[in-house]
Amino acid sequence: MTYIRPKFRHPELPKNKLGYTISYYEGALSTLCAGCGHDSISAGIVQAAYEMNIEPHKLAKLSGIGCSSKTPAYFLSNSHGFNSVHGRMPSVATGANMANRDLIYFGVSGDGDSASIGMGQFVHVIRRNLNMVYIVMNNGCYGLTKGQDSATADRGSKNKSGNVNLFQSIDLASLAIELGATFVAQSFSGDKTQLVPLIKAAMNHPGFAFINVISPCVTFNNNVGSTKSYDFVREHVEATATIDFVPMMSEIKAEYTEGDSKMVKLHDGTYLKLHKLSQEWDPLNRLSAMNAVHNAREKDEILTGLLYMDPDSGDLHEMIQTSDRPLNTLTEKELCPGPEVLKNINADLR
Amino acid sequence: MFIKISYFYKIVNDFLSPVVKSKRAEIGGRIFLIHQFLIVLEKDLTMEPTNIKDPEYFHKVVDCQYACPAHTPVPEYIRLIAQEKYTEAYMVNWDSNVFPGVLGRTCDRPCEPACRRGRVEEEPVAICRLKRVAADNKGDVKQLMPQGPFKPNGKKVALIGAGPAALTLARDLAPLGYEIHLYDEQKLGGGFMRSQIPSFRLPETVLNEEVNFILDLGIHTHFNHYVKSLKEVLANQYDAVFVGTGAPKGRDLEIPGRKEADANIHIGINWLASVAFEHTSKIGENVIVLGGGNTAMDCCRTARRLGGEQVKVVVRSPFAEMKASPWEKEDAQHEDIPIIDNHVPKTFVVEGGVLKGMLFEKVQAVVENGKRKLVPTGEPDVLIEADDVLVAIGQENSFPWIERDAGVEFDQWNMPVVDEKTFCSSHPKVFFGGDAAWGPKNVITAVAHGHQAAISIDLMCRNEALTNRPSPYVNLVSQKMGLHEWAYESEVVTDNRYIVAQADKKVTLSNRKKEVELGYSLSEGFKEAQRCLNCDAQTVFTDDKCIECDACVDICPTACITFTTNADETTLRGQLKVPALNTGQDLYVSGPLKTQRVMVKDEDVCLHCGLCAERCPTSAWDMQKFFYNITKAHTGCL
Repeated sequence: MTYIRPKFRHPELPKNKLGYTISYYEGALSTLCAGCGHDSISAGIVQAAYEMNIEPHKLAKLSGIGCSSKTPAYFLSNSHGFNSVHGRMPSVATGANMANRDLIYFGVSGDGDSASIGMGQFVHVIRRNLNMVYIVMNNGCYGLTKGQDSATADRGSKNKSGNVNLFQSIDLASLAIELGATFVAQSFSGDKTQLVPLIKAAMNHPGFAFINVISPCVTFNNNVGSTKSYDFVREHVEATATIDFVPMMSEIKAEYTEGDSKMVKLHDGTYLKLHKLSQEWDPLNRLSAMNAVHNAREKDEILTGLLYMDPDSGDLHEMIQTSDRPLNTLTEKELCPGPEVLKNINADLR
Repeated sequence: MFIKISYFYKIVNDFLSPVVKSKRAEIGGRIFLIHQFLIVLEKDLTMEPTNIKDPEYFHKVVDCQYACPAHTPVPEYIRLIAQEKYTEAYMVNWDSNVFPGVLGRTCDRPCEPACRRGRVEEEPVAICRLKRVAADNKGDVKQLMPQGPFKPNGKKVALIGAGPAALTLARDLAPLGYEIHLYDEQKLGGGFMRSQIPSFRLPETVLNEEVNFILDLGIHTHFNHYVKSLKEVLANQYDAVFVGTGAPKGRDLEIPGRKEADANIHIGINWLASVAFEHTSKIGENVIVLGGGNTAMDCCRTARRLGGEQVKVVVRSPFAEMKASPWEKEDAQHEDIPIIDNHVPKTFVVEGGVLKGMLFEKVQAVVENGKRKLVPTGEPDVLIEADDVLVAIGQENSFPWIERDAGVEFDQWNMPVVDEKTFCSSHPKVFFGGDAAWGPKNVITAVAHGHQAAISIDLMCRNEALTNRPSPYVNLVSQKMGLHEWAYESEVVTDNRYIVAQADKKVTLSNRKKEVELGYSLSEGFKEAQRCLNCDAQTVFTDDKCIECDACVDICPTACITFTTNADETTLRGQLKVPALNTGQDLYVSGPLKTQRVMVKDEDVCLHCGLCAERCPTSAWDMQKFFYNITKAHTGCL
């Protein structure tokens, strides 16, 4: 067995604002199959966290069960982690987020974990606009159990043994838009230049940010006839826009610049710079986003990039008006303020 | 507008310069604007796919081997040491550098500053001392060497001087049936290896063994024989003559008092030789050694063993600029020898015909117009007392025995004119090598010269052109054995360089012949060998197998691999994951892939850990062992 990652790193690795090199955000060595798209997504997450200058202890990664849900072991070793029950990651994330609103919640799930066993939890966490990033590493098959078709396998797609899928697929991105998700994007594991800015924007979004990432399963779903293979996705990918996450900058005054470029101002003064490729699409308009996704599907294209976002989204804490201080920092003194306060409350109810 | 492609090349040759913007050119009676063509050129300036079939490409990746003048396959023998195959490791060395035992103790180690490990951590692999592990623990190597008597081929070669260059040549040519006549003025072979390197660094037994391996091939030795005339040698019907007489003349210091104090002033290299051949066994209590090279270090340490209680090295230049190898300076200081820098000798102080000491002027190094100068500090001169002074400020070539009308041309500096590739002088039968060719270098360079001169002599004797040199022996074999199994040990250990133990100073200082360094123990040798990064396990990339899944990019611990759009080299170096600033190391560029991007690998800090190949789902990456060996006369022609 020689599968051991050396400790040496490039001596000239740049440092981010916190003084960490990217290696500080790495995780353990992956045990997924060689060439798995999930590993690229993990690397994208590492890069995004490094570039966003995130303090690793300010982030919690959560997952369910599956190949995708193993990946939190392979990135951000210095962050909090919770590997939960199959399809139940959203409820664990909700609980954690309720208790401590100060962390960045990073949920990682797969097509089985989200579109089958966890569908109920998935749709409800969207409804609640929980402030988290929710990445689905979507490979259209159950890679951990020898590659059976999953609920996101496209109708007509051929699996490794030559069987054609007869059932309609669940399109998680349009479902998320339909249910009112406030940030929806789609990407491809083989395109980090698009994926990394999307992850950065998602982490910055104050609400539920969903990224459906097509991530080929090299072992069971990278064959000819599959619609989730490296070759097929590369041939059919169509991007909404090239995307760039622009950190806080003062010189931009207008929200819109000329031509096909669009600067979307985010809640904290950062910008999302989009060079639009698709003309009849407005990322701030839900109907337009929905149309863009459906039009692409008609043409057998896979639309990637940012699909829809509501920059003024208010998350669950805002909706239910919880305390600004994280609940887990409230002491008995604040939580049990005594009979005097109770008396006042009761008086109000009279 | 049409333009023939031949015109295009003409334009390239005639006008390509960075300042050209819109030069006009007349071609075939028509006027062309050059900037139109520069657009075409820019497109062509994207990097070509790397030609890995050129043996020199992967050779350069094996930094140590590339830096070694004799191109010893270093990783190959280090692996053999780790496998406890000391005999085999010795033979890999013996084939390339002929004196593994000697070099394992005394080599100038050009390989170590080149070692890749020094670019990812503090210290390179102790390549030199590992060679000694092989030499000290070898089994019966003689049976693996060419076995005489060899069938004579009727050709006679005279070798003048029995140093490393000539001995290498003898070893390469004798097995081919050449009758080798070896001349030296000393009573034993070895040249400067014997006369200049003190026994406490190189025991005589080690030297004798390796010199005798060669002499036992049936060499006709003419020791105690000073060759007085090249014409005489040529008259003896030799088919070729090789001059390996080194740089035998030590530089003297002509300052006031030199003549008066002659009895106590010694030229370093002559004095070392005189000690080695046991003509000298004593020196005064107070000794000054002048000079900052390795000879000065050998002089001062030898003086410490011959009765020098207060031995000082005095150098003109600052300590950091001294020519001596850092480890030799350390060893001298360890033996309580102060190194006094920035002191320029002024006079020898003589009282009553007896040397009392030396007067020095204090200087400091100042950079003026980009040139380093030594400027007096203005402080009063310094008197350092001394009973004896050893002058080790350089050595020169000297060919008093070569008649200037013998057919060998000499240049304005009185050096023979020697071809850099063939080592042939202007006389078709006379060849030069080692220090005799271009001045003082080191043993390993002399060995490299010997190999090349042997090839030339063999080509000449077979009436072939000297430029028709044999190609190196090259091999590239996949190391994949299983899912996570490679035929080489790919794990990268983080151990620091192991220190070589030394014998007790009390013992070594009282006995000139007691070797100071004890060498690695077997377990230390094993652990040090494990530090080698196996740079000869090459990362080989096959364009058309790649599916661009990024697995290699994500796993590479040192961020060597990038998939990007092609560009010219400077741009490409800048757009890598970590910019490739070390231009001494090449970029490995693939052909265009499906997405029209190219794979670019910066060879600089690749650890050869094999993870790219291990994580590659399609085996587009493979680890392949690259073996490169310079062809020698005896291997090429047998």
